[in-house]
Amino acid sequence: MARRGYDIKRFTGFLPMTILCIVILYAPLVIVTVYSFNDSQSITNWEGISLRWYVDVFTGPESEKFKLAAWNSFTIAIIAAGTATTLSTLAATSVIRGGQFRLRMLSLGLISMPLMVPEIVTAVATLIFFNSIGFTRGYLTILVAHIAFCIPFAYMPIAARMQGIEDTFEQAALDLYATKRQAFTKILLPMMMPGIISGFLLAFIISLDDFIITNFVKGAGVETLPTAIFGAVKQGIKPNIMAISTMLLGVSILMVTISYFVSKKDELG
Amino acid sequence: MVLIFVVLIPVLMMLIYSFLTKEFRGGVIWEFSLDAYDQFFCSRGLFGDEPCSIEWTYINIFWRSIWQAGAATLLSLVIGFPTAYFIATRPERVRPVWVFLITIPYWVNLLIRTVSMKFMLRDNGPLNDMLLATGIIDDPLRIVNTNFAVQLGLFYSYLPFMVLPIYASVERYNFALSEAAADLYASKWVTLRRILIPAVKPGVIAGCILVFVPSLGSFLAPDLLGGAKNFMIGSLIEEQFKGNAGNWPFGAAASMILLTAVLIILVIFARQQARAQKAVS
Repeated sequence: MARRGYDIKRFTGFLPMTILCIVILYAPLVIVTVYSFNDSQSITNWEGISLRWYVDVFTGPESEKFKLAAWNSFTIAIIAAGTATTLSTLAATSVIRGGQFRLRMLSLGLISMPLMVPEIVTAVATLIFFNSIGFTRGYLTILVAHIAFCIPFAYMPIAARMQGIEDTFEQAALDLYATKRQAFTKILLPMMMPGIISGFLLAFIISLDDFIITNFVKGAGVETLPTAIFGAVKQGIKPNIMAISTMLLGVSILMVTISYFVSKKDELG
Repeated sequence: MVLIFVVLIPVLMMLIYSFLTKEFRGGVIWEFSLDAYDQFFCSRGLFGDEPCSIEWTYINIFWRSIWQAGAATLLSLVIGFPTAYFIATRPERVRPVWVFLITIPYWVNLLIRTVSMKFMLRDNGPLNDMLLATGIIDDPLRIVNTNFAVQLGLFYSYLPFMVLPIYASVERYNFALSEAAADLYASKWVTLRRILIPAVKPGVIAGCILVFVPSLGSFLAPDLLGGAKNFMIGSLIEEQFKGNAGNWPFGAAASMILLTAVLIILVIFARQQARAQKAVS
């Protein structure tokens, strides 16, 4: 390398581009976070640091609406992520352990299909499906839809984890007179745990964040945080919206970080 | 098997709905009709009794969506490729940290990210303040409610999707090939263009698809950043179900047309990937 006098891998200008990329990705988020602490009625002028908009979110005139929306969002996210994770775990166990190769590829294709199709198409299809079976739109339709679209996100890390576990462990347990059930709960399940945890966390975030599908399948009057925020933003961006956004942003980043360290710690161990 | 039903039945229902008669303000009447597709493609004059001539309104909206998504894809490629390359050539230990940095924004609520973008690009928002203060411009740039704002929004929404697949293929690339080319007196840029880029092409194409497809059907960026004039197909569909239009069969038909376009793109992509695989092995 030295004989050429330059490094073949290095291109001038790529580092600034990378920095630009990171700045673009983070600048809007940082700015909204900063402005959520702004002690001003208007969103334009900076008048010093305060927590007044956070107080406003919890006690202000719109607090009832947002509290209800937050309650809906979090209960739906927990139930949907839990159900999707359980289903994905069972599906991964049966497909990867029992299935033939063709079946495995087919199910992978079908599971990843919602990831490839524009979300609005999924939303239309889901709405029409509920409508045609006569399901009244409300909390329950949101929940069912969330369970459905959380499955791919929960399935991916769980299946990836599952593929990394040799079936010799269960074989050994079975040889030592464990029942099939014991082999699953005592051997396989603990080994799959990191995949299950990150699957759950990712599904949780996806559910918490969803706007498009929720907007389609929600009934009148039932709001989740994103749909409530969207409704409010339509009338203009207000400081209390920035405070809510910052809190949601914090939750998402926290979840992803936990998920990252769960999978990372596991690689080391 | 259950899965097949869960995925395919709603799509099938959507197809059926697109051939039904609309009910006033939402819902359908179970009666076969081609009205939805007719409305999309055909113009039948003021009183609806002339023979079909091409209706450009919706085709133009569709065309604009393709154009906007394409521009966003190009923009992400220009920023995303160098970034992915840079990350892939870092020491192995720090690469996951960079990748993690790129992925975090993806997990942040898309709505919040789009609102943040709007907040930043406003006429008297932080970006304009900064540019005015540094004297680069004298009058605030009007970005919000333009096509460009939508492109920026889409680019911002899906940038991580461009970086990650390109990163994955550059990381697998064997730099001995570049070394060999350089030994044969290829310049650095020639090496990049003739050796590296062809080798990582599957990753680049995957990145482009992952940005283009969701951009094509996106609703939030055009709705929040583009305003009423910069309608895309996603907004058109939303309008039929949630807005005032209330024409479900037409919305279902527009969704089917969008879905068909996406599936065609995906099939072409899959065949290309298969061919690239064959060429490598």
